[in-house]
Amino acid sequence: MVQKRVIPCLLLHKGGLYKTEKFGKPTYIGDPINAIKIFNDKEVDELIFLDIDASSQKKDPNYKLIEDIASECFMPLCYGGGIKSVDQMKKVYSLGVEKISLSSQAVLNPYLIKEAANLFGNQSVIVTVDIKKDFWGKRKVFINNGKKNTKIDPLEFVMKVEDLGAGEIVINSVDNDGVMNGFDVDLLKEIKTNTTVPITALGGAGNIEHIIEAFDVAKVNAVACGSMFVYQGRLKGVLISYPAFNEFKNQ
Amino acid sequence: MIAILDYGVGNLMSIHNMFNKIGVDSVITSDVEEIRNADKYLLSGVGSFDHGINSLKSASFFKTLEKEVLDKKKPILGICLGMQLLTNSSEEGKEKGLGWIDAQTIRFDLDNKKLSIPHMGWSKVSIVNTNNIFRNLEENRFYFVHSYHVFCNDESNELATANYGKIFTCSINEDNIYGVQFHPEKSHKFGMKLLKNFEGI
Repeated sequence: MVQKRVIPCLLLHKGGLYKTEKFGKPTYIGDPINAIKIFNDKEVDELIFLDIDASSQKKDPNYKLIEDIASECFMPLCYGGGIKSVDQMKKVYSLGVEKISLSSQAVLNPYLIKEAANLFGNQSVIVTVDIKKDFWGKRKVFINNGKKNTKIDPLEFVMKVEDLGAGEIVINSVDNDGVMNGFDVDLLKEIKTNTTVPITALGGAGNIEHIIEAFDVAKVNAVACGSMFVYQGRLKGVLISYPAFNEFKNQ
Repeated sequence: MIAILDYGVGNLMSIHNMFNKIGVDSVITSDVEEIRNADKYLLSGVGSFDHGINSLKSASFFKTLEKEVLDKKKPILGICLGMQLLTNSSEEGKEKGLGWIDAQTIRFDLDNKKLSIPHMGWSKVSIVNTNNIFRNLEENRFYFVHSYHVFCNDESNELATANYGKIFTCSINEDNIYGVQFHPEKSHKFGMKLLKNFEGI
C-alpha cells in the first residue's frame, strides 16, 4: 500500500532558508544546500521549496539557486514562487524539479493551471492555497503572501483547480503557520471528502500526533511541515530533524 | 556511457544528477552518433502515452536506437512513461507502443474511492523474479507517480510488483530490455542502487 508522505517545507528568502510565523517574522534557519544534504541523509519523502520573495518583489525565479537545489535533491522536489508562465515552468522543470507549485497565479490566472497540466502532465502541477480567516472568522483564499483577501471560498476554489487539472493541492493555513498547534483538521476533512486529487496539509504541525491526526481524521495524502523539522524545543533552537521512518509510516 | 534519450518528453536532468552522484558516466542526448556509440540507454518520460510514443518514433535517432537495442542487444531501462512505451499499447491513448515487451498499459480500475489517482508516493516493491537490477534491493521503497500501470501477457516478464488498491506489475524485463514504473532517480539510496545495478549489467 502507498505510504503517506511527510514533506519538509522550506522557505527561501534573501537566498537563505527562513521560517515564518503566520506568514510574518521570517527567522533565518540556514543555508539551503546544507539543509538538503541533511534531508538526503534522513531520506525524507519529498521536499517543498517556496520562494517567498519572488512573487511579492515581482522577480523571476532564482534559476541558479533552483538548479543548485535540484542537483543535490534525490527525492521528489516541488518549487513554488514567482511563476507566471509556462515558459518559466519549462525552465524550472528542465533544471530537475518535478513539481511546480502555483499560488497567487492560480487565483489571478487559473487558465495557467490547465495550460501547464496539458503541457507537463497533471502530476507536475501543484496548487498551493493559502487560507486565512477573515474578520468574521470565515475562511477565505488569500494571495500575495497572505496579504490580500480574494474573498473566495476555499472549498469552491479547490474544486475549481482540481477541475482545471491540478495534480495535487496543498492546503496551507496562514493562521496556523509556525504556530505548531496542529492542522486545521475540519477544513482538511471537508476538502478531502469533496475531492479525489491528492491533498497535502501544510501549516500547524508541532508533533507526530498532529501528523497522525491529519492522516487518520482528515485522511489527507500527505502532510508538509516547516517549524517541526527545523526547530528543536520550546525555545525553538534551529536543528534540522525528521521523524524516524517507523514513527508514522505504518499508520 | 549511458545515453539518456532526449526526445523532448520529461525531466531528464534529475536522472543525470543521480548518475553523477553515483559516479556513472551519462549524457542527455538526441545525437545519432552519440546514441550509436553508447553502451546503454535510459528511456524516461512523463506525460501522455500518445505524445510520448509519437515524439520517440519521430526522433531522428529512433532507427538507430531500435537497431542497437533489438539487434545488438544493448540494455535499455524505461522509467515511468518510458516503461509504458515499451509495451504494445496503452488505454491512455490510441497509438501503438514499441511492443518490445509483450504487455499492455492499463488504467487503474479502482472501486475503492478512497484511493487517489494518480498513485503518488512511496511504495515497497516485491521482487517476483530474481534479476540483477534488483540485486541487494530486497529491502526497498520507491517513489511512484502514475495513473496507468503495466500488465504482462507472460508472467516471466514480470520482475516486481507493488500494491495500490491491488497488486500491479511495477517492473518488467525481456532479455536486454528493462522497465520500472517508479522513479529511481527520486528514490534516495534505493534508486542509486538500482541505477548502479543497471550500469553493471
